[in-house]
Amino acid sequence: MSAAYPFGFLDEYAKKEVRRTALKAVAIPGYQVPYSSREMPMGRGFGTGGLQLTLALLGKGETLKVIDQGSDDSVNAVNLRSFIEMTCDDINTTTSTEEADVIQSRHRIPEKALREDQLIVLQVPYPDPLVVVEASEDKRKMLHGEADYSRLLVKLYEDIVKFDEITISHRYPTRINDHYVIDPSPIPRWDVPKLHQSKALILLGAGREKKIYAVPPYTKAEPLAFEDVPFRVEDFTDEHGVRRACQRCGCTSSFLDEFVDSKTGNKIYQCSDTDWCDEQGSSNVAGGRTPGAMDEQGGSNVAGGTTPGMEEVEQRREQLPRTPGEMNEQTVLSVGINKVEVVNGQGA
Amino acid sequence: MDKVLEVENLSKVYGPGCPSCFELTGPEYNTNICPHCGSVVAAHNVSFDLYKGEILGIMGESGSGKSTAVKCLYFDQEPSTGSAIFFDKGRQHDLFNMNAAQQRHLANHRFGMVYQNPHLGLNFDISAGGNIAERLLMSDIDNYAAIRTRATGLLSRTEVLPERMDELPKNFSGGMQQRVQIAKALAINPPLLFLDEVTTGLDLSVQAAILDLIMEIQQEQQTAMVVVTHDLGVIRLLAGRTLVMKYGRVIETGLTDQILEDPQHAYTQRLVASAL
Repeated sequence: MSAAYPFGFLDEYAKKEVRRTALKAVAIPGYQVPYSSREMPMGRGFGTGGLQLTLALLGKGETLKVIDQGSDDSVNAVNLRSFIEMTCDDINTTTSTEEADVIQSRHRIPEKALREDQLIVLQVPYPDPLVVVEASEDKRKMLHGEADYSRLLVKLYEDIVKFDEITISHRYPTRINDHYVIDPSPIPRWDVPKLHQSKALILLGAGREKKIYAVPPYTKAEPLAFEDVPFRVEDFTDEHGVRRACQRCGCTSSFLDEFVDSKTGNKIYQCSDTDWCDEQGSSNVAGGRTPGAMDEQGGSNVAGGTTPGMEEVEQRREQLPRTPGEMNEQTVLSVGINKVEVVNGQGA
Repeated sequence: MDKVLEVENLSKVYGPGCPSCFELTGPEYNTNICPHCGSVVAAHNVSFDLYKGEILGIMGESGSGKSTAVKCLYFDQEPSTGSAIFFDKGRQHDLFNMNAAQQRHLANHRFGMVYQNPHLGLNFDISAGGNIAERLLMSDIDNYAAIRTRATGLLSRTEVLPERMDELPKNFSGGMQQRVQIAKALAINPPLLFLDEVTTGLDLSVQAAILDLIMEIQQEQQTAMVVVTHDLGVIRLLAGRTLVMKYGRVIETGLTDQILEDPQHAYTQRLVASAL
């Protein structure tokens, strides 16, 4: 199968272009560099931007981890991983953040701090944070050039007026290196501080919008905020003021997903980052996911790898009965401040 | 007296333009369309000086080029020829020789503009307070409490109830929208303010209130203003000096009283005589 394609599916010119674009993106932190996003054998909007970066940057013998909403075994991650395995000979895949050289991710940055020798690629659906306030790309380019983000700040102002706080739950506009403001892809606020002075190179690829941008290592990344209304991350304390813990591993320092147990009707909180959860030691909790249950061969038996507990979980808003297979789509209720929102299956 | 603005030979031609454009148009030909190339000479050789605290009126019928002149100075349009120098804090800014970024920076930080139509000056998708906040945020004020205080102050100054500052401008009456627009233009205490037909289309009592407001602002802050209007009453009330324009040319200039009491040009005479 793999013999039919060059290493990394894309031809050498295409990979070279992506690498050059990535270099330019690193040279101008936060600037959206246009590139000729190639057709991939999957729909745009399914992570083709991130995929092209990964394919162009991954080398033989390197180890790849693919994440979708913090999980290695949800459908987007599984499919992208098996595609990359199919088209790149002699690469290794892993679910461990520790072991990965390249991490491609959608909606999360791993809880575990990344190292200088690692690289994370984020899939981006909407690269331009100004698109909500200015329809014309021409004018947006001018605003970016002059670092005029007053209209974005007005949106924050209006939020505070209406709701007493900033209600952006994900894709929080973040100023890179004191100039360009980026859309950091739909990561929760929780992950935004991880961009700041990150040891690992962060590359963001938007396939449909044909843009690549970067947060280089050790670069300033400040979420937009007011002097007297500072940025803050999700608050996971419960009504008694106690920090909620993951029901599997007991961790009280990670980003939690909220589920509803269909039998008891209780809310269940669980680490969004499955590798982190496994590492914290799932022995704390009975019936938890066993470490290493993930199918590392490309997720052909993914359903078997998910937590048994998750199969019982129901979507709180949609109240749809779900089969084990559907669980892979990882429709997750992520808990933001004052704003509970359904993040749906397919993203960048 | 401190000079704020010096405009020299400002011209704006719409169309290809030809050597005879300026020769064959103007009041003496009763047209501003060049018979050779069909270009429209919207303004030609407009020159004036403006001093601190002064209100200069530009008067003329519609199509006489008065708005075009002001729009060029506010960088809404690019002039064909001419120069304009803005004097600010001991520095001189050559308005038409700056790049677009510098122009926008200057317009955001030092100029204010009030349009006839509030839709041009206000963003109707955000609240009245948000509109003022935008202007403040553009000039790098990023303290929420400070922005609120300033916006409340400005709105009460322009007699918009501060309780309504979080409403959308579309819920406001025309006069209120205009006052919000003035509050927005004043947000950064600009030393130079352009007013383009600000009272046109408003009823008389509202007109009076807005004209009062403009005069008070001039008294309080010594803001230099250029007032464009076709309304002689507005000119009489506000402007110390006046330019009269017709077919893109300045046909008469001088003290407002002098122009209204003793008009020299035939057109001005007719204009003054026709005023009710």
